[in-house]
Amino acid sequence: MLRKIRITLAWVLFILAILLVLDFSGALHLWLGWVAKVQLVPAVLAGSALSLIFVGLLTLLFGRLYCSVLCPLGIMQDGISYLSGRRKGKKARFRYSKELKSLRWILLVIVVAAIIFSSIGNHPILTVSLLDPWANFGRIAQNIFAPLWRGGNNLLAWVAERMDSYAFHSVDVYIKSGIAFGVALVWLVGIAVLAWWKGRVYCNSICPVGTFLGLLSRFPLMRISIDESKCTKCGVCEKKCKSECINSKKGTIDRSRCVVCFDCLDACNFGAVKFRIGSPVVVGIGTADEKETKELEDGVKELEKELSGLENTIETAMKKKRGMNRRNFFSIAALAAAASPAAVKAQQVDRILLQVDGGLTDLIDKKRPVRKSPIVPPGAQSARNMQKHCVACQLCVAACPNNVLVPSSKLETLMQPEMTYERGYCRPECVECSEVCPAGAILKITPAEKSAISVGNAFWIEGNCVVNRDNVPCTECERHCPTKAITLVPRDPADPRSLKVPAIDNTLCIGCGTCENLCPSNPYSAIYVEGNVTHHTV
Amino acid sequence: MKKTNKDITRRDFLKVAGAGAVVSVAALAGCRPAGTISAQGGEAGDIPTDQMTYRTNPHSGDRVSLLGYGCMRWPLRRNEAGEQEIDQETVNDLVDYALAHGVNYFDTAPVYVRGWSEAATGNALSRHPRDSYFVATKASNPRGPFDLEGCKAMYRQSMDFLKVDYLDYYLLHNVGSSIESFHERFVENGFLDFLIAEKAAGRIRNLGWSFHGNPEVFDYVLAFRDIQWDFCQIQLNYQDWQYPIGASVAAKYLYDELVKKNVPVVIMEPLLGGRLARVPAGAQALMRGLHPQDTPAKWAFRYAGTPESVLTVLSGMVYMEHLQENLRTFAPMEPMNEAEYAILDDVSDILANADYIQCTTCEYCMPCPYGLDIPQVFAHYNKCVGEGQVLHSSGDEGYRAARRAFLVGYDRSVPKLRQANRCIQCEQCLPKCPQGIKIPTEMERVDAYAEKLRQKLQF
Repeated sequence: MLRKIRITLAWVLFILAILLVLDFSGALHLWLGWVAKVQLVPAVLAGSALSLIFVGLLTLLFGRLYCSVLCPLGIMQDGISYLSGRRKGKKARFRYSKELKSLRWILLVIVVAAIIFSSIGNHPILTVSLLDPWANFGRIAQNIFAPLWRGGNNLLAWVAERMDSYAFHSVDVYIKSGIAFGVALVWLVGIAVLAWWKGRVYCNSICPVGTFLGLLSRFPLMRISIDESKCTKCGVCEKKCKSECINSKKGTIDRSRCVVCFDCLDACNFGAVKFRIGSPVVVGIGTADEKETKELEDGVKELEKELSGLENTIETAMKKKRGMNRRNFFSIAALAAAASPAAVKAQQVDRILLQVDGGLTDLIDKKRPVRKSPIVPPGAQSARNMQKHCVACQLCVAACPNNVLVPSSKLETLMQPEMTYERGYCRPECVECSEVCPAGAILKITPAEKSAISVGNAFWIEGNCVVNRDNVPCTECERHCPTKAITLVPRDPADPRSLKVPAIDNTLCIGCGTCENLCPSNPYSAIYVEGNVTHHTV
Repeated sequence: MKKTNKDITRRDFLKVAGAGAVVSVAALAGCRPAGTISAQGGEAGDIPTDQMTYRTNPHSGDRVSLLGYGCMRWPLRRNEAGEQEIDQETVNDLVDYALAHGVNYFDTAPVYVRGWSEAATGNALSRHPRDSYFVATKASNPRGPFDLEGCKAMYRQSMDFLKVDYLDYYLLHNVGSSIESFHERFVENGFLDFLIAEKAAGRIRNLGWSFHGNPEVFDYVLAFRDIQWDFCQIQLNYQDWQYPIGASVAAKYLYDELVKKNVPVVIMEPLLGGRLARVPAGAQALMRGLHPQDTPAKWAFRYAGTPESVLTVLSGMVYMEHLQENLRTFAPMEPMNEAEYAILDDVSDILANADYIQCTTCEYCMPCPYGLDIPQVFAHYNKCVGEGQVLHSSGDEGYRAARRAFLVGYDRSVPKLRQANRCIQCEQCLPKCPQGIKIPTEMERVDAYAEKLRQKLQF
């Protein structure tokens, strides 16, 4: 019964979590945001007391139930492990294994150190985002599952179009960042292989959240225990334990690794495995706990020694990394090269030069300009705030309906979101990213607030402007600027009737990228946005 | 030049049979005994091959089918390289079918379909006896060439493409923007004199012109040097007859003037680029009330074909279904009666009050140098107007559905980078529009509407 409840809850949460990432309509974000906000690492980074208290209490009361019903990455592994167990002869493929104490503790300390260093200094939290289970789930869902989901949607849209229905509409499907895609793929394959092989081995050896909750879950109020009076030492519970934390010979359960899945309860034919309030009356449990506690205390002492040295190593490693970043890793083609040939070429099919009717001008895709300072979305407050809080779960990237947010390729902000305007611009009615961010990297804002938050400043590139290049009037940027930050002024100051070019009022520009995206100059726009390191209101 | 269906050769007949197979449904319907309608179908009606209405050109004696084939919108396909090209096989099928059912007037121009129309039309027509069709083409030089040699080359090229050694109908294309332009294109360079000489030599059988623009220019050209024009092509439909919208001139005035001068009239835009084929529901109700089976297009064609001095009504038929529907209208054509005219008065009131952009999708404005698909943007907007999907206020009933239909349909029919918000207002298209649409202004209007919906603003 308990096991069935656990599985039902896990299914529900997993579906909600995956819908939260995959939904591109924005309809579910407000309703499902809690799924991300309850996740431990984002909650720590966001300083969200409510979530922390909830997760803490849950674990103190019931053990690592979090890992079984709240962590979508854990649930995913359960699914894979279940499938693996369906193979012939693999129904009871587990057996008790020793805890990989050093690995667990080192990784936890690295992550804790990274969070502390980043909050007091300016250290990147890449290690956190690489190890955080929520971030990994988000990346896998956004990079691997979302394209499939969107492809399916486009198929439906194709059908709908032929049925004159407006129920579905096509969306763009493309890989937004090769790095984020690669990381997601490697993690998906790695985790899948581990889960296929040994169930929750990732959660109990690598995952820092697992290790941390393992600290709290040693003596939960409600706990799984083996009633030695009923136990026949048949060992079936051990073989069914995907955490490999039941030692059936000794009758002990390592609750730092137990994810409270209740598989053992259902497996036991003698009713010996129970989930109940911890009580010394139960023979054997007390002694087992005492034994374990002593073991643990020794282990911790050993580890503390090792780790004090490690902290220093981490810091020096990080310093090194930062040094490397000063080099611009991804210098794209220089803007100077942007003076593109006019795309305008009427199709000439006649022997005689006649301007014929019809046809379409070829479109040239926009290329990303070199931005000296990256643009982070409104609500992020500053590049630093983003860098400190973001676990790179890609939820905002997935939520952005305008194709503006993409994962960064710079090492110090690797896979964290930044804005770019080749495929769209930050539209005035949209605050989707601020609604989904669980980590306090993008704080909740309203469209009204957003209209006054300056995330960047526009710059005009004289040589790209079609007014200069094609000698035609153009008012595109001026007409579409939502804050009227662009005025058109005569190109030739001496001649008030000469063609007009844009002049940008930096005190009004909010860096939304409307001008950059709509600019008719391709592949490089004649007006582009540089990010503001710290956002301000206009 | 007597062309009736009895003259169809066996060879032609076989070709027609082949073309007919393409449209099996209609062909099957055609096999049914005339007038039988049953629960199994047969509503579509027969397409007779010998019932076409003809009109006679008083100057040349040509017996011209009242339905003329406009060759401005031939079907396109993608070739192996992914480039667009004319779907010549389909063009052949359409031309064969049209000829077999009595259509004998084909109107093309050097600039149509990106300059491909003349060759495609010539390829299809040259497979038939030269005396089985009349072909019309044009001096399409509103934007040059202006020198006599260039103009002559254009004229000769038309004959090459059409594979003929004489042209039945030759038009000064799109006259009417200004008297100066008429002089520059035809008078000062001696091109008109050359064409008159060609007519005398028999290489042009009928000389005329097509008109868009200012009535003063119309009067001027009609009276120019007392030339007896053999025909004139004007825009005529029930919306443009007396109180046209936009830059059109009242067709009644043009028609009456032409009758006075004994100039037969060729009708273009009888459907206003298809807009009169998709009328709002209120107008539909009026029309269907009288003739439940007749489409709005049939009404519009009959309206254009009824006046006695109309020589032919041009329709750009891209699909076999269009051709067949029009053949049903014109073979034979039943003239309009007073009750029907009264209904069209009411319909045209409804249309005048609707929010249409007066685009006929002629594509003269294309290609837009900044990538817009101007006719598609307007077509989408007009489609939504026709369906009653364009909202007057955000409080309108059905706001959500209409918003979705407009925005989703917009993205489907026009790629994002070719939509109205990409118009930079460079105004290069302005002089090219024969309907005088202020394209940049209309683009701003469409975009403002789309933006209101996207941002869910109150309006």
